[in-house]
Amino acid sequence: MLTRRQALQQLSLASLGMVLPNIRLDRAWATDEIVVGNLLDSTGPINIYGLPMVDATKFAIEDINASGGVLGKQLRLVQFDTQSNNQLYTQYATQLLLESKVAVLMGGITSASREAVRPVVDKYGALYFYNEQYEGGVCDKNVFCTGVTPAQQIGNLVPWAIQEHGPKFYTIAADYNYGHISADWVKVYLQQSKGELGGQEFIPLDVTDFGSVIQRIQTAQPSVVFSLLVGGNHIAFYRQFAAAGLNKKIPVVSPTFGLGNEQIVLKPEEVEGLTVIYPYFQELDNETNKKWVVAWHQKFGADYPYITDSANTVWNGWHLWAMAANKAGSLEPAKVIAALESGLAFDAPEGKIKLDPQSHHVVHTVHLAKVNDKKGFTIFKSIENIEPTDTKQVCDLIGKPDQHTQYTPKF
Amino acid sequence: MDQIAVTAIGVLFAVSTLALLALGLAIIFGMMGVLNLAQGEFLMLGAYTVLIATARGLPVWIGILLAPFVVGMIGIVLERAIIRFLYGRPLDTMLATWGLSLVLVGVVTVVMGPTTEGVATPLGSVEIGRYGVSVYRLVVIAISVATVLAVYVVLRHTRIGMIARATMQMPRLVAASGIEPQIVYAATFGVGAALAGLAGAVMAPLTGVVPSMGLAFIAKIFITVMVGGPTVLLGTASAAGTLGVVESAVAYASTPIYGQVAMLLVALVLLRLLPNGMSGLWRRGL
Repeated sequence: MLTRRQALQQLSLASLGMVLPNIRLDRAWATDEIVVGNLLDSTGPINIYGLPMVDATKFAIEDINASGGVLGKQLRLVQFDTQSNNQLYTQYATQLLLESKVAVLMGGITSASREAVRPVVDKYGALYFYNEQYEGGVCDKNVFCTGVTPAQQIGNLVPWAIQEHGPKFYTIAADYNYGHISADWVKVYLQQSKGELGGQEFIPLDVTDFGSVIQRIQTAQPSVVFSLLVGGNHIAFYRQFAAAGLNKKIPVVSPTFGLGNEQIVLKPEEVEGLTVIYPYFQELDNETNKKWVVAWHQKFGADYPYITDSANTVWNGWHLWAMAANKAGSLEPAKVIAALESGLAFDAPEGKIKLDPQSHHVVHTVHLAKVNDKKGFTIFKSIENIEPTDTKQVCDLIGKPDQHTQYTPKF
Repeated sequence: MDQIAVTAIGVLFAVSTLALLALGLAIIFGMMGVLNLAQGEFLMLGAYTVLIATARGLPVWIGILLAPFVVGMIGIVLERAIIRFLYGRPLDTMLATWGLSLVLVGVVTVVMGPTTEGVATPLGSVEIGRYGVSVYRLVVIAISVATVLAVYVVLRHTRIGMIARATMQMPRLVAASGIEPQIVYAATFGVGAALAGLAGAVMAPLTGVVPSMGLAFIAKIFITVMVGGPTVLLGTASAAGTLGVVESAVAYASTPIYGQVAMLLVALVLLRLLPNGMSGLWRRGL
C-alpha cells in the first residue's frame, strides 16, 4: 500500500533526479563567449573518419581563440559524439540549436548524417557547415559544403584511370545516398571519357564478407576497380581482395580510400599502388602545410597516424566561418551568410582556396597519389583550381536564394 | 567449371563460419538455457587476443590458439561472478548480459582505443582456373569442421561430455554421484566462451578488429541458434547449413543485400513452421 508520505517522498526524489542533471554547475552564460556546436562520430564504424576530424576541430577552435577569437570573444565548443548513429545527429542538432543556441553548427560525416541534420538546420534558420567530401549537389542557403566534390575528384580520377589502365570499370560502392549518387557521377564521367561500365554493386555499410563481390569482379574482368567503399567494415574488402591475389592483377582507384586511414590499418603489400585523389595530403609541400603539420604533431604527438583530408577540410570550415563572422561584424546567420558569399579566400593547409559565392562550395586543387610502402601517399599529378561544377551548374544561391535542396545527376 | 568450384568454396565458407560462430552460443543456450547477449563480445575478445599477439610479434596461428584459452578463462570468471546467480531467470539474464556486453565494449575501447585495427591475412592465394582464392578461407573451413567434430566427439564419447550432458538434464543425480554441478556449469560456460573466442580469432584476419565488431555477428548467431533449436550440434549444424547456403547462394547470384534478406526470410519461415527449431526434425541425437 502506498501511503501519502511515501508517494510524496518518491515524487520529490524523482523530480530532484530530473532537475539535477540540468543544473549548470559551471559558470552561468558568460556574455564574453560565443557558443559553437559540433557533431562528429568518435565511436562506431564511421569513427575512422571522425577521430581526426574531432582533433582538427579542437585544433581549429584553439587557433581561432589564440588569434583573438571572433568579434573579440572566445569560442566555446559544445560537441557531441553521434556514435555513427544518424538518429543521434538529428537529436543532437536540435539540442545544439535550441538548448545551447550555438552561433554555428558544424559536423556530419556520411552524407546520410548530413541529410539528417539539414532539415533541422533549415527549420530553425541556422547556419551549418558540412566539412567533408561528398557527392555534390547540395543547394541550400543555410549550408556551406567545404569538402571536395565529384567534379573535382571523380571527374579527374575517371579520365586518368581510363588512360592509365583501360576503359572497363567495375564500381563497388557503399549502399547509401553517397554511394549511389557518386556511382551515378562515375557513369556521367565514363560517358564523357568514352569508358564503359562493366558492372556496379552496392554493399551495405555493415557487410564484412566480400567473397561474392570479389568473385563477380573476377568474372567481369574489368581494367580497373572503382571503389566507393565507406566505413570500418569495408576495409575488409581490400584485405580479402589482396588475399585472393587480385591486388597485383586488377588496379584499384578510389576517391574514398585513405580518408579513414585505411592505408594504416592494412599492410603495405595489400594496398601499395592503389590510386586516390584528394585536395589534401599530409605530404603536401607548401609552406602553410609544413608549418601546420609541425604544429599538429606538437599538439597531438609525433606518432599521430596520419592527418587526413577531412581534418584539413574541418580546419578550413572553422576558419572560413570565423573570417566571415568578423567581416560581417555580427553572428546573425543572414549577415554571416552574406559575408561568406562575398568571395572569401583562405590560406589552407591544402593551398589557397576560394569559397564560391554562388554554390556555397569551395574551389579545390586536387592531387593524384598512390599508396606507398610507408603507410602514406606519394603524389604524382596535380590539377589546379577546379570549380565545383557539379553543383555550380545547377545551383545559384545568389540569383535564386530561397533553395533548400540537393541536386543529383539525372539520366 | 572453375566458377562453380569457387562458388562452392564460398558457400562452404559461409556455412562453416556460421557454424563456428554459433557453436559457442549453441552450447551456452542449448545446454544451459542462458541467453547470453554478450556472446558477440566474446568473439571480439578473441579477435583482440590475436591482434595483441601479432602486435607482440607472435605468429598469427599462436594468437588463434591462445584465444580460446584466454576467452574461456574470462568466461569462467564471468560465470562465477554474474551468470550463476541468474539461472532460471531468462529476462534477468538477458538484461545482465546486455549490460555486460556494454561494459566489455567500453573496457576494450578504453584499453585498446576505438580505432579499427588490422591483422594481415596469412597464407596468400591459390589459382582455381582463372579465379584467385584466398588459402586462408580454406583453412577457416577446415578449422570449423574440425571444431564441430571435436565438440561432437567430446560430448558424445568422453566421460566429461557425458557428465556435462547429465548435469544439464539431472543436476541432482549428478550431485548425488559426487560431482559438483556448479563446476560443470562454470566449465560449460567457459567452453562456450572459448568457442566464441576461437571464432573471433579466426575471423580477425578477414575483417577489421574494432571494439564494436560483436554487433556485426550477434544477430546472425542468435538467429542461427534459434532456428537450430536446443539440440546443440545437429540443430546448429542444420541451421548453419540451411541459412548459410541461402545467404551465400543468393549473395553470389545477386548482391550481399539480397543474401541477407533471403536468409532472414528463410529464418522467419523456418521458425514459423518449426517452433522447436530444426531440432524438431531430429528425433534424437546430440
